Amino acid sequence: LLRSSQPLTGPNRRRCREDEKLLGTILDEGERGFIIDTRSAQAAKQARMGGGGTEPKSSYPQWRRLHRALDRGRPLQESFVRLVEACSDPSLSMERWLSRLESSRWLGHVKAALSTACLAAQCLDREDCSVLVHGAEGTDTTLLVTALAQLILDPSCRTLQGFQGLLQREWIEAGHPFQLRCARSASSHGRGKQEAPLFLLFLDCVWQLSRQFPLALEFGERLLLTLFDNAYASAYGTFLGNSEKERSLCKVKENTHSLWAWLNQPEEKQKFLNPLYSHNPLVIWPSVEPQSIQLWQGLFLRWIRPSQHLDEAWEEIQRLVEGN
Amino acid sequence: VENVRLLDRLSSRRAVVGTLYLTATHVIFVENGSETRKETWVLHSQISSIEKQATTATGCPLLIRCKNFQVIQLVIPQERDCHDVYISLIRLARPVKYEELYCFSFNPKLDKEEREQGWKLVDLNEEYNRMGVPNNYWQISDVNRDYGVCDSYPTEVYVPKSATAHIIVGSSKFRSRRRFPALSYYCKGNNASICRSSQPLSGFSARCLEDEQMLQAIRKANPGSDFIYVVDTRPKLNAMANRAAGKGYENEDNYSNIKFQFIGIENIHVMRNSLQKMLEVCELKSPSMSDFLWGLENSGWLKHIKAIMDAGIFIAKAVAEEGVSVLVHCSDGWDRTAQVCSVASLLLDPYYRTMKGFMVLIEKDWVSFGHKFNHRYGNLDGDPKEISPVIDQFIECVWQLMEQFPCAFEFNERFLIHIQHHVYSCQFGNFLCNSQKERRELKIKERTYSLWAHLWKNRADYLNPLYRSDHSQTQGTLHPQIAPCNFLYKFWSGMYNRFEKGLHPRQSVTDYLMAVKEETQQLEEELEVLQERLANLQKSQSGDNKVKNKQQQRSKQTGLYTSNNSLANTPQEYSNDLKSFPSRSPSQGDEEDSALILTQDNLKSSDPDLSANSDQESGVEDLSCRSPSGGGCLPSEDSGKDSDEAVFLAG
Repeated sequence: LLRSSQPLTGPNRRRCREDEKLLGTILDEGERGFIIDTRSAQAAKQARMGGGGTEPKSSYPQWRRLHRALDRGRPLQESFVRLVEACSDPSLSMERWLSRLESSRWLGHVKAALSTACLAAQCLDREDCSVLVHGAEGTDTTLLVTALAQLILDPSCRTLQGFQGLLQREWIEAGHPFQLRCARSASSHGRGKQEAPLFLLFLDCVWQLSRQFPLALEFGERLLLTLFDNAYASAYGTFLGNSEKERSLCKVKENTHSLWAWLNQPEEKQKFLNPLYSHNPLVIWPSVEPQSIQLWQGLFLRWIRPSQHLDEAWEEIQRLVEGN
Repeated sequence: VENVRLLDRLSSRRAVVGTLYLTATHVIFVENGSETRKETWVLHSQISSIEKQATTATGCPLLIRCKNFQVIQLVIPQERDCHDVYISLIRLARPVKYEELYCFSFNPKLDKEEREQGWKLVDLNEEYNRMGVPNNYWQISDVNRDYGVCDSYPTEVYVPKSATAHIIVGSSKFRSRRRFPALSYYCKGNNASICRSSQPLSGFSARCLEDEQMLQAIRKANPGSDFIYVVDTRPKLNAMANRAAGKGYENEDNYSNIKFQFIGIENIHVMRNSLQKMLEVCELKSPSMSDFLWGLENSGWLKHIKAIMDAGIFIAKAVAEEGVSVLVHCSDGWDRTAQVCSVASLLLDPYYRTMKGFMVLIEKDWVSFGHKFNHRYGNLDGDPKEISPVIDQFIECVWQLMEQFPCAFEFNERFLIHIQHHVYSCQFGNFLCNSQKERRELKIKERTYSLWAHLWKNRADYLNPLYRSDHSQTQGTLHPQIAPCNFLYKFWSGMYNRFEKGLHPRQSVTDYLMAVKEETQQLEEELEVLQERLANLQKSQSGDNKVKNKQQQRSKQTGLYTSNNSLANTPQEYSNDLKSFPSRSPSQGDEEDSALILTQDNLKSSDPDLSANSDQESGVEDLSCRSPSGGGCLPSEDSGKDSDEAVFLAG
């Protein structure tokens, strides 16, 4: 599984031998690979006018390109804002709730993200093909897809340690611009053009996986909520800045504490573990039918829905498992 | 009919070829596989509609829709055969006599004594005694002993002490279908009660002294309150329209000390259409999130569920918090009234949240009070306008509550699904006919078996591992959040997409926890035994060898339920783009799948999907044939092979 940003083909269909060679070395003679472009075919074509573009078939003959349009940026932020507004609207009658939920389109984004990640995973696992994922910048939807695909495919990513490693690798070090994306959350009404909840979308998808495979992840919802909180505002330096370069320049490692260090302390770690976890060495394929994708109430209704009875249920689960 | 193809709704690639059989009671499809001859069994009673679709190159498609939401798509090669099957199924799915129903031929090989015992498992007299009646305020009345007063009521009803036979009879003449106010639930803590009836025949201005006295009697039976609520569960407009037909609702001016309340729940026709629309959404091929959510909202289904729940909450509050008695009615008092009374009772009394209590609740408010099972669920061929998912809605309310209060119910989702299944299956006699009177005339108890006994026998499969009778959630009244709460109502894919296993969570928390609980128990027992032995050993030196052998034996029995965890499943069709690409087909060389052959050890008896063995994308493959030589009880709820043979052939 590879990731990159878009090739700078431009309007004149530039070629780059080194890039072709690099992708060439990945595949053996006669092998084929997939490129999953997270932009629509049209958007990818239009990108050429701005100097970007796609890999032309003639230059990359062994690679087959698939387009899976995943929203990012402004549309995704709008979607997030609308959903939060719908959830906190007390006047909403039952008759209007579902249409408000639908018009936010958030669940549609979740479905699209999971489907694309599953597609990538399917290419790797079922077709035995290498996959290259990119969008435009390679810092948003690209990371969403590669991170989710690994969770689906690789059981070690589903352990608490492995998941932290996945986040560190596929989101932080890969250069997702946290500072730009996670500044205002849902109260940003169009000010920050760079604001977009990609990371939240990722966490939502992870939650969907945990709902469909309740025994498969070593961590629980609490970890996901903690990560969400820390992406926006944190006492730790882990999510600071927009890239490794910035973090290095700001001397984050010298001046701040690591979130992971805190999480991994034995007393803290306990709280984030999933009592139902059982190591599952196989690939987990989620269903992306609408019935299978649900609103993440624990996050979106966190302050609205009483959690007492559900908390009690988890305590009971903990008790049963520990008793054993 | 041979060479019939059974299609899978989610994945067009997974059609299987087999032979179709029609028997007197079932439709059976047997797959042509060499390793496992998977069978799909469908009871004729379950068939809701059959659709013959346009002939294509591959054959003649036939779509069978079932009342338990199973949808079976067959393709029959010859048009003539297809037509024959179609005509036969139409006839078989529309019985005209009760004797045609499965319950009269179903034979679980129990003797007469056991059959009788099965029927005695739920005893309503015991239940009313448990509630605390008869007492100073409530008495049992046999005024209806020959069904002379009301033919849809039971022979024994509970009425207020001050309601004489004269008052009862007079009131019954002023009520639609003679369904006079009678006790549904009595709260001994504060003497408040829930009574039920049908609408009064008040028209615009008619009055009836006895009916007014009846309501007064109900009020007097609760000294703690000087008024009662009268709750009409219809929309106000409908109730008012009824007045033009000489019926209507209670006028606060005429009935002293009542507070009248409309809680608008729509009628059976609206509900039938609502379900229809929702099922259409479920049948969409590859719907987008928008299609699904729009469709769901458009059906209005969850809105109706919420309306029923809200009514139940109102009544429970009135009884528990205000200590005020409530009289509930709708039009005829056998649909919405039943729903609302049973929801309220469930909220009020933790007994009804136990397995036994729930059976009792259904027996009381649905069976004994004359809910028209035959008309509503089509036991026999009848007026399609009478069909409506009334009890389905009640069962869904219970599920919605279970999701909000995971520790509060002794039973699990599977219990609810199986009850719904049997409302339509006519495999047992509990839900036949329209009234107690009809059931007695047909001698149901002598000629059929009781569902409750069957469920009780398998109760281990229906337990909720999170239930503890001493838990705070299980004590007292349940208080669902009233507002905001729209988001609390979820689409029940476990019921409406029941046979599409690919849609559901792939790992069952319930089953895992039940296994953990069981193992813990076994380990505790083993520990006790070992401690005893240790104590004995300390007294004498002999018997070392015996101890070792016992230990070895036991450790073979315990061992964590691991088959559940190594769960393989196959990807759904995420993309059409991969079709043209050469790929391994799931049936060949797929190591994970091949390791998971259906074996008796791995199968959980009553719900095959949770054994984590089969390909969970295809709804068909789970409906597997289980060997009759297995020891477990294999009920027919999941269209597997019939339990009658299987259970009672085992050693």
